[in-house]
Amino acid sequence: MEWMKIGQAALLIMFIVVLIPAVRWWSKNSPKAEKGDWNAALLPLVGVVLFIALLIYIVRG
Amino acid sequence: MQSERDYMRRSGNVQALSAEAIQQSALSTNKVLRNTYLLLSMTLLFSAVTAGISMALALPPMTYLISVGVAMVAGIFVLPRVANSAAGIGVIFLITGALGLGLGPLLNIYLALPKGPEIVGTAMGGTGLIFLSLSAYALTSKRNFSFMGGFLFAGFMVVLIAALANIFLALPALSLAVSAGIILLMSGFILFDTSRIINGGETNYIMATYGLYLTIFNIFINLLSLLGIMGDD
Repeated sequence: MEWMKIGQAALLIMFIVVLIPAVRWWSKNSPKAEKGDWNAALLPLVGVVLFIALLIYIVRG
Repeated sequence: MQSERDYMRRSGNVQALSAEAIQQSALSTNKVLRNTYLLLSMTLLFSAVTAGISMALALPPMTYLISVGVAMVAGIFVLPRVANSAAGIGVIFLITGALGLGLGPLLNIYLALPKGPEIVGTAMGGTGLIFLSLSAYALTSKRNFSFMGGFLFAGFMVVLIAALANIFLALPALSLAVSAGIILLMSGFILFDTSRIINGGETNYIMATYGLYLTIFNIFINLLSLLGIMGDD
C-alpha cells in the first residue's frame, strides 16, 4: 500500500507543478468582478453546501 | 444632399454588418455549447461503460492510480496539441474511458460497505443535480463568471497541497475538509467554464468538454468520499 501512497503523491506533485503557470496567469489576468458578481456567484455555492448537507442527512437515515 | 445620402447608406451598412457579426458570434457560441454538451454526454456514457467493465472484471485498486495517471498525462500533454483535429475526439474518449476504468475498483469498494449502494446512488444523483442546476444557472444568468478564475485556481492549489499532506498524515478531518473544498471549487469551476464558453473565452468544444468532465468526475469522487465518511455512524 506504500506504493499507492507514493504513486498518489507523485501524481499530485506533477499536477501541482503543471498548475502553477495557470495560477499565476489567472491571478494576474482575471477580469475584475462587477457590482453584484460575487453575490451572484456565492448564492448557488451556498445552495450546493445546503444540498450536500441534505444528502448527508439522507444517507445517515 | 448626395453626401448625406452616402453617409446614411454607409452608416446603414455598418449597422447591418455589426448586426450580422453579432448574429454570427451568437451562432458560433451556440454551436460550441451544443457540441460541448453532446460530446460531454457521449464521454460520460462511455465512462459508465468502462466503469461497468472494470467492476465486472473486479480490477484491483491500483487500476485507479494507473488510470488517473494515464488520463492526467494525456490530458495535460497530448490533448491540447490535438484538440483542433479529429484526433482530439479519440484522445478525449481515451481519457474519459481510462477514468471510467479507474472508477470501477473504487465503486466496488464502496458497494461492499454497509449502505454502499445508497451512498453510490446518492453521490451519482447528487453530482448530476449539482452539475445540471449550476449549468442552468450559468446559462440563464446574465453574469460573466470569468472573474472567479484567480480565486478558483489559487484555491485549487491550496486544496491539492492539503491533499498531498493528507496522503501521509491520514487525518479524517483533513480528508473531509479536502473533499468538501474540492466539491465547492468544482462547483465554482462549472460556473466559470460554462461562462467562458458562453462569452467566447473557450471556443474549442473538445477542451470545453474536458474541463466540464473533470469537474463532474471530481465532484462525484469527492461526494462519494464525503458521504462514505459522514454516512457511517
